[in-house]
Amino acid sequence: MINRHTYECPECEFFLARWGHSAMAFFQQVGQAVLLNLQAMKYLPTMFRKRTWPEVVYQLFFTGIRSLPVLSVVALFTGMIFALQTGLELQRFGQEVQVGGAVTVVMLREMGPFMTGLIIAASVGASVGAQLGTMTVSEEISALEIMSIDPVRFLVMPRLVGFCVMMPLLTLYTDVLSVAGGSIIAVTQLGVELQAYIDNSLSYATNKDLFTGLLKALCFGFIINMVACHQGLTTTGGAVGVGKATRSTVVISFLVILITGFILTKLFYG
Amino acid sequence: MIEFDDVKKEFGGKPVLRGMTLHIKEAETVSLVGTSGAGKTVTLKHMVRLHEPTSGTIRIDGEEIQDLDAVELGRVRAKYGFLFQSAALLQWMSVFDNVALPLRENTKMPEEEIRERVDRVLEKVDLTHAKDKIPADISGGMQKRAGMARAVVTEPRILLYDEPTSGLDPVTSRTIDKLIYDLQQDLGVTSVVVTHDMISALTISDRIAMLHQGQLSEISTPREFLASTNPVVSNFLDSQCISRNFFEEFPERTFS
Repeated sequence: MINRHTYECPECEFFLARWGHSAMAFFQQVGQAVLLNLQAMKYLPTMFRKRTWPEVVYQLFFTGIRSLPVLSVVALFTGMIFALQTGLELQRFGQEVQVGGAVTVVMLREMGPFMTGLIIAASVGASVGAQLGTMTVSEEISALEIMSIDPVRFLVMPRLVGFCVMMPLLTLYTDVLSVAGGSIIAVTQLGVELQAYIDNSLSYATNKDLFTGLLKALCFGFIINMVACHQGLTTTGGAVGVGKATRSTVVISFLVILITGFILTKLFYG
Repeated sequence: MIEFDDVKKEFGGKPVLRGMTLHIKEAETVSLVGTSGAGKTVTLKHMVRLHEPTSGTIRIDGEEIQDLDAVELGRVRAKYGFLFQSAALLQWMSVFDNVALPLRENTKMPEEEIRERVDRVLEKVDLTHAKDKIPADISGGMQKRAGMARAVVTEPRILLYDEPTSGLDPVTSRTIDKLIYDLQQDLGVTSVVVTHDMISALTISDRIAMLHQGQLSEISTPREFLASTNPVVSNFLDSQCISRNFFEEFPERTFS
């Protein structure tokens, strides 16, 4: 069941009171979004039902496979740019062989999950926000509720699975492709042997780097689903409202991903 | 069956329902008419608790619905079929899958039995030929008929229609009216129809309820409604050029 209660800010002249009420409204929204995802988690055991499974598979496909082309280009070129910038600086000290380790560690720890998160938020997250927003304003969500079909189970849960399964996998894909992009630059522009690049990458990267990166990706998947579904399902105001929901999905997801990324980095490496 | 007692509803401090009292009996068809903003659709949505009243009580089969939890509300909602103004079909599903959806999601009915029942309902609304099409590929009238098929497929006891003929041409509108009337006769359900269309209200209703500024202004049989001296009713009838002798002048309009 979707909680659509909105905090009604009373008219206040004093600016501090207005800020206080705005803060209350903000935290209520955050609470609703978190609860929405927790409700969806409650329905996870139903995902293998014969009539639910096809939708889950579609969401995995939609989130994962459909995002591969754009993700491939971004990952490859980010790896190349990072290798070039770092490599040229290292070359001044005759340490260009270290470029493999630099690219790999940065990608595994930070840039892989972060870039994947931003791309998935901007493409799939925006799409989910717009789709659910359109369904809300065209009364399709109300129709589901009257048919006693919980939109959280029917719509949010499959998308939660899609985001949370595919984000770590896509991040792994981004990591591999970025490191491969870096190797192209290392070999062709910096004169580093491919084997030396690989050896250097493996000597610096640790399992901890890989798994903290994947954990971040999982958290980002959870965040994107939470923001996109909440924004979509609380849309009001017709086509303009759908536009706002889509924009808010992208903006809020970016900000929360950034802040969460910092907190997790501090937690594991601080 | 459906009882509203002194129901008030405000949106952002603005009153929409100002003490609505309305009692609808079992197996009757009541049309809610009135100008835009009179509170017709809001009243209808209160019946399924898509809106919650600011004050007052709403009872379905004698049971107050305001404080029901999700499970109990689901049980009450299972009594309803609802046709939305926009039909509200899921756009990525075929007409057949849309109609089958409540059976697939809420019952353990075998797929074969679901297919039989959906085919039967689609035949009733004359949509068998379009069952594999998606909503975007069919006309507005066909979408409304598909929405009606979805509303009745679970064999509900109460059917709610939100402006079933809005946006349709007059010929299609009368087809929808006939369908509502036939469904009521076949299934013996309680029907509540929100409409601006007085011809529709006069031809399908047992009683017509005139809503004005969030209150019930009049409720009477179609013939009594035409003879009403209530200025709100008179203005509404005159605005649509409805003759007071409608049933005598257009006897073919009545379905009964």
